[in-house]
Amino acid sequence: MAIRFLYPPYEVVRNEGRCTVCRLCERQCANGAHTFENGRMVCDDAKCVNCHRCVALCPTRALKVVPSGHTYKENASWSGRAIDELYRQADSGGVLLSSMGSPADYPVYFDKLLLNASQVTNPSIDPLREPMETRVFLGARPQTVRRGADGRLADDLGPHLTLAMPILFAGMSYGSISYNAHQSLARAARTLGIFYNTGEGGLHEDLYPYGENTIVQVASGRFGVHPDYLRAGAAIEIKMGQGAKPGIGGHLPGAKIVGDVSRTRMIPQGSDAISPAPHHDIYSIEDLRQLVYSLKEATQYQKPVIVKIAAVHNVSAIASGIARSGADIIAIDGFRGGTGAAPTRIRDHVGIPIELALASVDQRLRDEGLRDRVSLIAGGGIRSSADVVKAVALGADCVYIGTAALLALGCHLCQSCHTGRCNWGIATQDPRLTQRLDPDVGCQRLVNLLTAWQHEIQEMMGGMGIHSIESLRGNRLMLRGVGLNEKELAVLGVKHAGE
Amino acid sequence: MKEGQVRIPSGCAIAGIFDRSGGAVSGEEAIRSISVMHDRSNGLGGGFAAYGIYPRHRDCYAFHLFYDSASARQACEAFLKDRFELVSLSEIPTRPMAEITDAPLIWRYFVLPLPARLSAGGLDEEEFVVRCVFHINTQIDGAYVFSSGKNMGVFKAVGFPEDVGRFYRLEEYQGYCFTVHGRYPTNTPGWWGGAHPFALLDCSVVHNGEISSYDANRRAMEMYGYKCTLQTDTEVITYIIDYLCRRQKLTLTEAASVMAAPFWQTIDGMEPEEQRTARYLRSVFASQLITGPFSILVGFTGGLMALNDRLKLRSMVVGERGDRVYFASEEAAIRAIAPDLDTVWAPQGGCPVIVRLKGGQQ
Amino acid sequence: MSNTTLSAQALDFQRLNEKIRAAGAEVCVRDCCGQRFIGAGLGEKAITLYGTPGNALGAYLDGASIRVYGNAQDAVGDTMNGGQIIIHGGAGDALGYAMRGGSIYVRDSAGYRTGIHMKEYGDQKPVIVVGGRVGSFLGEYLAGGVLVVLGLGIAGPPAGDFIGAGMHGGKIFLRTDRPPAGLPDQVTASAAGAEDLAEIEPWLQTFARCFGTDAALLLGSPYTVLRPNTKNPYKQLYVAN
Repeated sequence: MAIRFLYPPYEVVRNEGRCTVCRLCERQCANGAHTFENGRMVCDDAKCVNCHRCVALCPTRALKVVPSGHTYKENASWSGRAIDELYRQADSGGVLLSSMGSPADYPVYFDKLLLNASQVTNPSIDPLREPMETRVFLGARPQTVRRGADGRLADDLGPHLTLAMPILFAGMSYGSISYNAHQSLARAARTLGIFYNTGEGGLHEDLYPYGENTIVQVASGRFGVHPDYLRAGAAIEIKMGQGAKPGIGGHLPGAKIVGDVSRTRMIPQGSDAISPAPHHDIYSIEDLRQLVYSLKEATQYQKPVIVKIAAVHNVSAIASGIARSGADIIAIDGFRGGTGAAPTRIRDHVGIPIELALASVDQRLRDEGLRDRVSLIAGGGIRSSADVVKAVALGADCVYIGTAALLALGCHLCQSCHTGRCNWGIATQDPRLTQRLDPDVGCQRLVNLLTAWQHEIQEMMGGMGIHSIESLRGNRLMLRGVGLNEKELAVLGVKHAGE
Repeated sequence: MKEGQVRIPSGCAIAGIFDRSGGAVSGEEAIRSISVMHDRSNGLGGGFAAYGIYPRHRDCYAFHLFYDSASARQACEAFLKDRFELVSLSEIPTRPMAEITDAPLIWRYFVLPLPARLSAGGLDEEEFVVRCVFHINTQIDGAYVFSSGKNMGVFKAVGFPEDVGRFYRLEEYQGYCFTVHGRYPTNTPGWWGGAHPFALLDCSVVHNGEISSYDANRRAMEMYGYKCTLQTDTEVITYIIDYLCRRQKLTLTEAASVMAAPFWQTIDGMEPEEQRTARYLRSVFASQLITGPFSILVGFTGGLMALNDRLKLRSMVVGERGDRVYFASEEAAIRAIAPDLDTVWAPQGGCPVIVRLKGGQQ
Repeated sequence: MSNTTLSAQALDFQRLNEKIRAAGAEVCVRDCCGQRFIGAGLGEKAITLYGTPGNALGAYLDGASIRVYGNAQDAVGDTMNGGQIIIHGGAGDALGYAMRGGSIYVRDSAGYRTGIHMKEYGDQKPVIVVGGRVGSFLGEYLAGGVLVVLGLGIAGPPAGDFIGAGMHGGKIFLRTDRPPAGLPDQVTASAAGAEDLAEIEPWLQTFARCFGTDAALLLGSPYTVLRPNTKNPYKQLYVAN
């Protein structure tokens, strides 16, 4: 038997006194951690990903998952994680593949920013009784007012998205997540008056009726992209990059290209879906303009075009170029953004935090006189309504949430999406697993989450005396930093608390 | 610390008198009106904007300047002479008063842009003047233009407004419109430039309240070349009005529905044509929406606009008697100078009240 | 009005495309010079172009046919879903990028990255036939469909380097009996058999008919066919972490 270098990080603890040997845990675990042997349940901890499915469903609360306590001889240079990853590669020769956002210990600037509230010199507004507007318009705005011969204002607003609150569901492809997850997002978006995003896997034909609340994505693989698809959504997003894996493409294994996923992506079953690292028709900024306008021509200028990029070092200059390339909306995805699968080293070492990227992009667009011409979406690391408010105050029109939405659907952040064995029926195409996510329940949980966030956003706005979200946008006086150095404060464009 | 280096929240009293027939309003009336609201000021700022007061130089831009020193005056006058014909220049007459101290040098210039300079720059006349004003205020140390319109003037100082009025001998001025501001800053402004009204060209603003949208508005206006050196609400509101009305050529009513935009709920219930316009203005000029409390009086050549924020978080009363229209934070300030009014009412939040001279500009 | 002739002179792409969309079932455009996106997303229509149409000609094309008398530029047939593009001249880079359906015939040569990331699905099968030679990265990421490079009048090999990088579906036909050197591991080359030749015969016939080429010459030549040996070329690359 080969030497086992890896020891399980988790231990499944079973309270034998409570266990009725109903074998539900066995049926629930797609990883095969639980088995029935000699009249009792046994567990292979090595197979447990700590997704809590068995814990949550055990009728007698007989199960819990705890850290195994295993430790290597770590030191300040060689963490247990570093050692573990090295063993994995020495065992396999493989590129480390991970899921969801980076767990690495980089600063979370949202947690070092504090919000303002009114005291005495102007009033806070009572959000429960007085108007508190969170409606957001996304789209290009004319720079000069034009009038018709009759003196009336010309109707040249161009195509827009109208959101009931400054939140969108981020692009997550059908294929990387399940149909039921997509349906939950689509229905919740409709109920909430916001939008969900197809990601790059096409749009399932049954979800076309939700087109008015759908952003259709065009990525380098162009999966499922055809004229009807482009016309089906309310907006088109060109995905140039993703915060979790800037600069590289994607790869949905053939094992997930089954049934409707294959049909929706319009590629044969079992065939890998490879998204090239770049769009091969975009090698330069003027080529981006070409793709933007080709999409506008194909949809006769009826849809706003979003260009989504990963937050990288030179993001503000790039965003400024995008604003000059016909994009109506720019989406910036920070390095803490999630993914269905990304090489670990890319996920954990490439890109920059969304807070710094957003602040820098917003300021650059202002320096260039372009900020009112385009809208700005920030994503990648938004965890709560407070993060939303802080992002808007830093300069975003609205935010994308991906991981937060998946958590609402039941995701337990086990970071094992790439295995395709999601016990919660989200990041899987296994029909036995996908049916665990009831779209009625999923939709309701998403609606609950964002309804709560909307109330919280209104509370925070009201406290600041702001009753319209556009007056919060870029209103950095509403933010103060704590524990940040001069350079960080300068990039964020905020003062330190106490100043 | 000087105002401009720090943002100072302030409360205030405002008042305005307008004669639609163009008849003479005396500075004395404005002083009497504002003095009734003494307790709304704290002695740290007061000022007046008066329209129709310079009929002899009606075609000239009247620049009012504060100088910290004689050398600042020399530098500024050299700059002015290079760009303008100085039709007339003099110190602004003042009356020594115990209540008003630390006065800077206060000068007035009636100027006309030099045609050669204008054509060389390719700017229209007003834009040329605006750029010169910004240049002086940001580049010439110790010089500050606080009034730059035609046939109008701003007079302001640190002190109670009624004292400021007497200091400037405003009882000797007559025009068709006066606005007044009594300030209640939370901190000392440190210099006279921080007092109000704030004006650019002939547009002057007096404002009561601390807006919550300040930094969103400021950062938007700085994108369009305005420099918010004072960090005050009044300054940024003035720039918003200049941007909307002069540069984007919106009507005052349209500008009002940008600054105090109707709620979406209201817009959603409008008739299609009206809704289209409201939606357009609110979307295109989202950065110019002002939230938080404000009541403002906007003076301009031939007219005056009063506007409250849409939640009506500040008070404003309007009274009318014949051709006279009075505005004030409190009715008493109107009754003090016009006890018998034909009508008196409080405008709705977000609904502008615009009065103009009969027969157009004067 | 079923037949319209337009001049593209002094028209920008937006106005030209509006006129083309507004025109009848058949439209002829003279004096094209750089106008992009001609025919983008169009279904039923026959467009004839003279001059030099701009980039992204026939992007998202959805059934319309386009004939060009002149050279086309980059990104012809980008993400094309159906229809036909016939170019009496050459084409630039990224010809037929991410194309899913329809066919493109180029009389002369095409640039780099011809037919990359083409894919097929169901009865949709994209086809590109290039008469001359193509640059490097022919059929990169190829996931479906057929690429044919004839090398007519070309002395050296009909395609550049790195042919079929990342190819995991579809077929590439080169009119040569010499398999290209340096193919990636997952791509295999073989002499085209009778079945293969039968598959491409209709497209060769069309090519010959369109451009007046000798069909017998095309059909009688030896072809090398490239196929992927896996639909999952990167399966072994990763280890779960």
